[in-house]
Amino acid sequence: MSLQQMFFMYFAIAMTGLSLLIVTRKNPVHSVLMMLLLFVHIAGLYLFLNAEFMAAIQIIVYAGAIMVLFLFVIMLLNLRSEETVAKYQKQWPVSVGIGVVLAASLVIILSKITVIPQLGEYSIEAIQAEGSLMTVGKVLYTQYLLPFEIASIILLVAIIGAVVLAKKRIQ
Amino acid sequence: MDAGITLMDVRAFVPELTLICAGLMVMLLDLVVKKKGILAAVGIAGTLASMYATYKLFGFIAPQNAFFGMFVLDGYSNFFKLIFYLNIILTMCISVKYLEIEKASFGEYYALLMFATSGMMIMASAADLIILYLGLELMALSTYILAGLMRKQPRSNEAALKYFFLGAFSSGFLLYGISLTYGMTGSTNLAEIAQAIHMTNIAGNPIMYLGLIFILVAFGFKIALAPFHMWAPDVYEGAPTSVTAFMSVGPKAAGFAVMGRVLFDAFGAMQVQWTTVLIPLALLTIAVGSITALSQTNIKRMLAYSSVAHAGYMLLGIITGTVDGLTSTVNYLMIYTFMNIGAFSIVIMLRREGFQGENIEDYMGLSKSHPLASALMLVFMFSLTGIPPTAGFMGKFYVIMETINAGYTYLAVIAVIFSAISAFFYLRIVVYMYMKDPKDEVVLSNSPSMTIALAVTGVMVLVLGIFPSFLLNLVRSSILG
Repeated sequence: MSLQQMFFMYFAIAMTGLSLLIVTRKNPVHSVLMMLLLFVHIAGLYLFLNAEFMAAIQIIVYAGAIMVLFLFVIMLLNLRSEETVAKYQKQWPVSVGIGVVLAASLVIILSKITVIPQLGEYSIEAIQAEGSLMTVGKVLYTQYLLPFEIASIILLVAIIGAVVLAKKRIQ
Repeated sequence: MDAGITLMDVRAFVPELTLICAGLMVMLLDLVVKKKGILAAVGIAGTLASMYATYKLFGFIAPQNAFFGMFVLDGYSNFFKLIFYLNIILTMCISVKYLEIEKASFGEYYALLMFATSGMMIMASAADLIILYLGLELMALSTYILAGLMRKQPRSNEAALKYFFLGAFSSGFLLYGISLTYGMTGSTNLAEIAQAIHMTNIAGNPIMYLGLIFILVAFGFKIALAPFHMWAPDVYEGAPTSVTAFMSVGPKAAGFAVMGRVLFDAFGAMQVQWTTVLIPLALLTIAVGSITALSQTNIKRMLAYSSVAHAGYMLLGIITGTVDGLTSTVNYLMIYTFMNIGAFSIVIMLRREGFQGENIEDYMGLSKSHPLASALMLVFMFSLTGIPPTAGFMGKFYVIMETINAGYTYLAVIAVIFSAISAFFYLRIVVYMYMKDPKDEVVLSNSPSMTIALAVTGVMVLVLGIFPSFLLNLVRSSILG
């Protein structure tokens, strides 16, 4: 096993473990902190893909901004009472069973790759020649301009939604 | 990288741009206009302008690489846009009075309807999975907000939350499917995916199969196929009735638009695989929709299950895998738009100050006091059941005929059996209206715009039932051309 594979194994196992911890913690603040760790690990995975810019964004946006929002909301809601209520519904063993079956089939299918997948336009060499940030910027403002602009309308709708659902005066 | 984006590319996007700009204008006018009915008129005018743009662009051959091949303008997308335009105009017509009664009349409502519709239009024109996903999110986000519009009502909150959670969940499925497909084919462009499947001969590959299933699950959520329909009754019941009318047609039509395009254009080589997945889904959907609707006492819930069943019938056309089958599905969608919005219009008319009018028993003896409204409801119920000479019959007829032509006779037989079962809960309303005595006096809240919507839907349901070939030819020439 090469050094790279060992690092990848670490990230993979740590992320699976962290995900399990997130859904099993009793205290929601603990869950959020586990999620913070998970996001940092995801950023590590992006580094494996030579996507330094994505890794940085992952840390700044998710681990930084979004996690703070999560913590704010949890503290505002004052979830103490939630801790005493049963965490899972009655059917959880069934759900776990189905989940395990699905995961197993996923593993079996993924281990049966017999063809070499088609590679996209942006290979590691192509990105390294220009730099990660430059490539993302160029693509975003040329080829992916339309999706980029549609995303701006989605954000506008989100703002309108926040105002309508939270602030609008209704008799 | 070839030449950048030109005006020719932007031209293909003019209808969507018009609608979005009109939506923004409604938001601005909301500040100064006190009478919110005017905003509905502005919204309808904006939609008509957008419709005109689509009409002018009809036959305009968008450069195959509009926005680098991400956006197509063809007959197929134009016809779906026509459905979306009709959907939003009719919804705006039936909303004005209803929102005043609910005391939830504000400009954002109309703007969000327009943003949701532009999302649907983007979906219909998407030739790239990324555009498809963004259009879907634009549509979905707007509808989540619309469902939760009546903030003070717990059931409206519940509807918005349920829709939001399950919608986010299904988006996850869609993204997972897209990433698996991208991993195998190296592209998100539908044409390039088809090419890659053909070149590398990976149609039978289990990972492609898995990616396809994930994408189908996500579409199944949007068009409410069983077993992904669990959200539909609660959301349809809790959302404001006008929004229910809007989202029982729009997102469903948009879901079918992308389903047809993705399955035919990108995964055409995997038809054996996707019919294997879709046949059990269609049967389950028709069965669950028809049987659970039997026990409903709330008319909005009943219509929710009925819309689930209708999604199953529409799916039959796609299962055939032929252009004729797709034609029959799109034809059904257009007819469904008229009859479903028509039925919801009557439901809305029963709502008045201090009276919900959502129980089936509220329809008792309606024909005695309001013969015209009852007659219209009768037409819509007959059409939803599929009784001639209404349009609903022709819609079901063509779908089932194409199913038989494609060799799935057993599917057709089962569909007809469940169609007969569904007659029970549709005709029960008719029985209540015509054969029972009124409990207490029912006052309908009518308005001029409501009259227009009812006239249009009622006339179209009858006209399309008597002269069905006009619409069918229009659909066929749009899809082929």
